Amino acid sequence: MTGPNEMLFGLQEKSSVPDPRPSSTPTAPLSADTGKIAVAFRRCAEEGRAALVPYICAGYRSREETLELLVAAADAGADVLELGVPFSDPLADGPTIQRASYEALRAGMTVRGVLDLLRAFREERETPVVIFTYLNPILRFGADEFLQAAREAGAQGLLVTDLPAGADPELEGKIRSEALDPILLVAPTTAPGRVEEVSRGGRGFLYYISRTGVTGSRSALRESLAKEVEEVRRRSTLPVAVGFGISSPEQAELVAQWADGVVVGSALVEELDRGGVADAAKFLGALRGAMDRRHAPG
Amino acid sequence: MNSKAVTPDMGRFGSFGGRYVPETLVAALDELDSAYSAAGRDPAFHEELQALLRDFVGRPTPLYRARRLEEAAGGGPIYLKREDLNHTGAHKINNTMGQALLARRMGKRRVIAETGAGQHGVATATACALFDLECVIYMGDEDVERQGLNVYRMELLGAEVRAVSAGTRTLKDATNEAIRDWVTNVTDTHYIIGSVVGPDPFPRIVRDFQAVIGRETREQIQTLEGRLPGVVVACVGGGSNAMGIFHAFVEDPGVDLVGVEAAGEGVASGRHSASLSEGRPGVLHGALSYLLQDEDGQVAPAHSVSAGLDYPGVGPEHAFLMEAGRARYVSVTDHEALGAFHRLSRLEGIIPALETAHALAFVLAEGKELAEHGPVVVSLSGRGDKDVAHVAGIERAGARE
Repeated sequence: MTGPNEMLFGLQEKSSVPDPRPSSTPTAPLSADTGKIAVAFRRCAEEGRAALVPYICAGYRSREETLELLVAAADAGADVLELGVPFSDPLADGPTIQRASYEALRAGMTVRGVLDLLRAFREERETPVVIFTYLNPILRFGADEFLQAAREAGAQGLLVTDLPAGADPELEGKIRSEALDPILLVAPTTAPGRVEEVSRGGRGFLYYISRTGVTGSRSALRESLAKEVEEVRRRSTLPVAVGFGISSPEQAELVAQWADGVVVGSALVEELDRGGVADAAKFLGALRGAMDRRHAPG
Repeated sequence: MNSKAVTPDMGRFGSFGGRYVPETLVAALDELDSAYSAAGRDPAFHEELQALLRDFVGRPTPLYRARRLEEAAGGGPIYLKREDLNHTGAHKINNTMGQALLARRMGKRRVIAETGAGQHGVATATACALFDLECVIYMGDEDVERQGLNVYRMELLGAEVRAVSAGTRTLKDATNEAIRDWVTNVTDTHYIIGSVVGPDPFPRIVRDFQAVIGRETREQIQTLEGRLPGVVVACVGGGSNAMGIFHAFVEDPGVDLVGVEAAGEGVASGRHSASLSEGRPGVLHGALSYLLQDEDGQVAPAHSVSAGLDYPGVGPEHAFLMEAGRARYVSVTDHEALGAFHRLSRLEGIIPALETAHALAFVLAEGKELAEHGPVVVSLSGRGDKDVAHVAGIERAGARE
């Protein structure tokens, strides 16, 4: 993309004016709860900051610790939470989240267990939650039963890693009509024309994968990322959150200047390993602080 | 049966198959799909592949009448489709030659593959040596141990073998790791998947490249017997040799198609790889098919004495053929397969792959009944040299007990 609005890497921040574009396109009767994710992103936009979206693997280390971490993350300033269902074959994940998944499964976490956790969290906090999962556990649970149970447990969104937009129109229709926001992903390899199609199928926000590859922290972000995010935001009617590889307050600060949200997963697991919930919460607080730092317009 | 039903619609076989993959791979699958369609319309592609299959792989492979096996099985004519006589010793190379040509057409200089028994790894490494492509093979470290000879063969051919220590440390996890590599390096890398599994278009690409087995068999049996076979038998892990030999006969309702899965230590033991007989529909590695899984939708570990069948999933077209009632699937234990491994060696002077020994065990047990339908054809999918050290080890351990 070229032109007067071209954004130079890291020098210019995105508009902090509330986005007039509709961030949710209801196609089915929605309960009062739907749109909570959209509301959270709109609030961030109004306050001129990016949304912080931590990924938390349900049952990693223990059920109790996951619940503590969810509450701590909400209190540290998370705007939306991703609650991960552990899976035996997490093929979109790198070593850190693979290990967290395997250990959570060994410790006995199940799909029902994830929904119980969510219900317990709902007693404590109202932060919107996206259930992050691979497809098979929800197919085995029964797609209809799962969608209803997730809704009742207090989920607002559903992200299915191995269900790209258009792969299963029937199932995707069900997710939309179950009043859960389908959170869809766009990758650097996604064809430009397809970005619009994906965006139309989603609600709440669009998840931009910062690089080709699996999840996991990296020391450097790709130089072209700012331009790519700008391009996706231009094509999307939804706010755009960026994830994969964001692992330090400095990186979060940079990404927050281009994107509507920042997703952090593997780095949070690593903090949890280092110093438990206390350190993980401190890390989220540091991300929050860095992301909210004001930048003079470039 | 209605042939239209077998034609994949949006990458599906009935309700099975599809493209359940991370978004990052969608563009690569689109690219592969159009490269494959273009190649299919290009006579030069077919000519080049045919010449390679003839001059490099050694096709056509013989359809050999195994008279002593017939006697032992107590029935009529039994023919072995000798895929073991292909270069590199198995049917796998039919697919890797075709896909390496596709990789070259797409301008991809790097190739990755997963392997269980090592046969697909060797066939991929061979194609990459021939076409001067960089080659990385993922292999579970349990398989690296039981298939040491093939590891060395791959390295000798210039491939890098990466041992995978995650999960079950077998074919399933090698496939996960290959997919992770592909997601990461998708712009310059082609993934040569080794069976009729994975997201569309892989199951039909692999089937089409393996369909040469059935095409030749059909012609050969008509020359030899003046009729079609009564029964076609093949082992099924992911199911590529079975799909390859079945495909030419799917439209002939009189031909009984039998896939033989690995029952491991017996299906009741829970330690087996019989996805179609014992699994239920689920999504793994990009496709909806039958899958061994627990009550929570976690993939269950598979087991088989043969590394090539040690896989909890199966190709979606097999799931379709089973549900449509066009093919049937049975299973054979480790013990029975080891018995057939010995019997074919003694009876015919052919040491079969342990995978293939599953199909032979079924024919030995049911030969008399099968022969009533007409000539029996068994896909002799691979040679057993790779298994000799492994089987000797099992037998030494058994003798000590």
